[in-house]
Amino acid sequence: MKLKTRLFDQTYSFRDVKDVLAKANEEKSGDILAGVAAQSTVERVAAKAVLADMTLEDLRNNPVVPYETDDVTRADQDAVDEKAFAKIKSLTAGSFREFLLSAAPEEIAAVRGGLTSEIVAAAAKLMSNMDLVTAAHKLPVTATCNTTIGLPGTLSSRLQPNHATDDINGIMASVMEGVSYGVGDAVIGLNPAVDSIESVSSILKNFKSFMDHWQLPTQNCVLAHVTTQMKVLEQTDAPMDLMFQSLAGSELASRAFGIDVSLMDEAYAMMKEKKSSRGKNFMYFETGQGSELSSDGNHGADQLTMEARCYAFAKRYHPFLVNTVVGFIGPEYLYDGRQMIRAGLEDHFMGKLTGIPMGVDVCYTNHMKADQNDLENLAMMLTLADCNYIMGIPAGDDVMLMYQTTSYHDVAALRDLSSKTPIAAFAARMQELGIMQNGQLTAQAGDPSMFQGWEK
Amino acid sequence: MDDMVKDISTQEIKDTVLIDTPQNPAFCRQLKKTTNARICIGRAGSRFKTETLLKFRADHAIAMDAVWSDVDEGLIDRLGFFKVQTQVNNKEEYIRRPDLGRIFSKETTEQIKANCIMSPDVQLIVADGLSGYAIDANLEDIFGILTDGLTAKGYKVGTPIFVKYSRVATMDKISEALNAKVTIQLIGERPGLATGESMSCYMAYESSSKKPESQRTVVSNIYRKGIPPVEAGAQIIHLTDVLMREKKSGTELKL
Repeated sequence: MKLKTRLFDQTYSFRDVKDVLAKANEEKSGDILAGVAAQSTVERVAAKAVLADMTLEDLRNNPVVPYETDDVTRADQDAVDEKAFAKIKSLTAGSFREFLLSAAPEEIAAVRGGLTSEIVAAAAKLMSNMDLVTAAHKLPVTATCNTTIGLPGTLSSRLQPNHATDDINGIMASVMEGVSYGVGDAVIGLNPAVDSIESVSSILKNFKSFMDHWQLPTQNCVLAHVTTQMKVLEQTDAPMDLMFQSLAGSELASRAFGIDVSLMDEAYAMMKEKKSSRGKNFMYFETGQGSELSSDGNHGADQLTMEARCYAFAKRYHPFLVNTVVGFIGPEYLYDGRQMIRAGLEDHFMGKLTGIPMGVDVCYTNHMKADQNDLENLAMMLTLADCNYIMGIPAGDDVMLMYQTTSYHDVAALRDLSSKTPIAAFAARMQELGIMQNGQLTAQAGDPSMFQGWEK
Repeated sequence: MDDMVKDISTQEIKDTVLIDTPQNPAFCRQLKKTTNARICIGRAGSRFKTETLLKFRADHAIAMDAVWSDVDEGLIDRLGFFKVQTQVNNKEEYIRRPDLGRIFSKETTEQIKANCIMSPDVQLIVADGLSGYAIDANLEDIFGILTDGLTAKGYKVGTPIFVKYSRVATMDKISEALNAKVTIQLIGERPGLATGESMSCYMAYESSSKKPESQRTVVSNIYRKGIPPVEAGAQIIHLTDVLMREKKSGTELKL
């Protein structure tokens, strides 16, 4: 394995695989903050050249966090399909990039089982933005809960009816508005302001009763901490279609989220037994570049590689939904619209290459140098990349989490632009309710008062 | 005012239903009362109406400007603050390097020790944080109440310190340098849409960088539409009494 190259009469040498991976990243403020980024633009390209020459076996043999000390590394390495790995291990990362761009979707799907996070991250680092869209477009991933997400020609959406105080009437007002725009086929999922068993179970019941009353084929979820949701399953009769948790890419960083692999194994087993949904996929995960550094759990690795490791963690539980919350963490990790757009495309591609049904929370905070135009740009690119789902929130303004994400209107416009529809069963129900006609919003759409009286 | 275009910034989102022909306008108005979320906004095709778009842009603009604004130091001088700066050199570095916004140089720490009252019962700090506007909008109203109230209660009140380019953790460094009992830090919050004026107050007993973040007792959302500064001032004085009496703060304190 070579760790040195020459560019424009200067020699660039790197310490190890972790160093090459970090310096080969596109510029991110989080890697600069971590002190692992390339010092110059040419050094960045030198690292990419060295990375392109490494074999996939080199990458697999050098996880950024040691196998012995980290349960995420173990989950990733132990899940490798050795036969699939043997077929690709002697490829260089550079030729693997070309394979992903030129091979047929089924050829790529056949080697997926042989990949580890570091291989997936390396491929992303060698790709341009359009490469990331082109490759992801060839990597559809479907999953089935009550309905099936990720089928070609669909663009799904999470209805995110967040409320500052979890007032149930206020939450349901946003639900009604969202469904009137054809939003919510991925999940009706609330980030709770109150993480209590009573409140979470009551909201789950309200979502289910709305879904039953209007016969909406979708999933319900309240994104409380997994331990709260486990108590809801144990102690209440609240229906739970999807179980949620935020994931991080190392054992150390997971600890900051109050989880580890064995707790998630336990949660998964409990959910499998007690869930209210029908399909084989019933977990929902969120991730985002930078969360490992923010909890001192990045082990000197770059944020993209750590993010890829989240997807290996997620894969273990055959999720129905996984999305990066790309611009939520703040400008010390993703400084501006340019970095946010890059990270969104990388994360979506890496999730799909890993084999998980990836969506993206296209978002930004007010202390980032980003605005609604950046968000709309990324949302359009992701639609072209066949991203499974995005968020839908009233006018893009999350009044609980204090950030901006995609709006109900954005979901509708992106479907129009791309001729995509919600999940078929949901789209059919939208047609029956007079909200959509052949995948387009009708004149009556966008009026929540059509749902008056559901609670009776 | 006939020569003025309508001020979109003062319009309350809660008051207007913009849907062209809702099935039940009264029900829409009822829904609006239950949430701050921007619902019943109608549409232009699949996009926002112009009013919705401009209101959103205005609310984002004020939030962005709040982050990149500096505190009015005229006000700080007038109120007699001792002024220091963290290891951050400018706003951009402040945003990119939260680690540098938590620490002082050796010289600055020495200056604090040389110029400020040692071993105060109560040390007041004002920090710009993520919104200079928040300090400009609230400091004058809360400062007098705090200093008068704390002095009247017989506390030894320290020299008020203003920290430029500051994160919350500077309160630990100042408390350690001056050996303060209760430290009170007023800091500009990360702005939400249309809420660039919101300020938080962090308090700790023997505030220290060796203790976890859970050492801090917080009063947040201080501004005219949240907890008005005058009311927050009274609350902070009360909390100071509790911290002094219990000799602890944050999650250790069962309030």
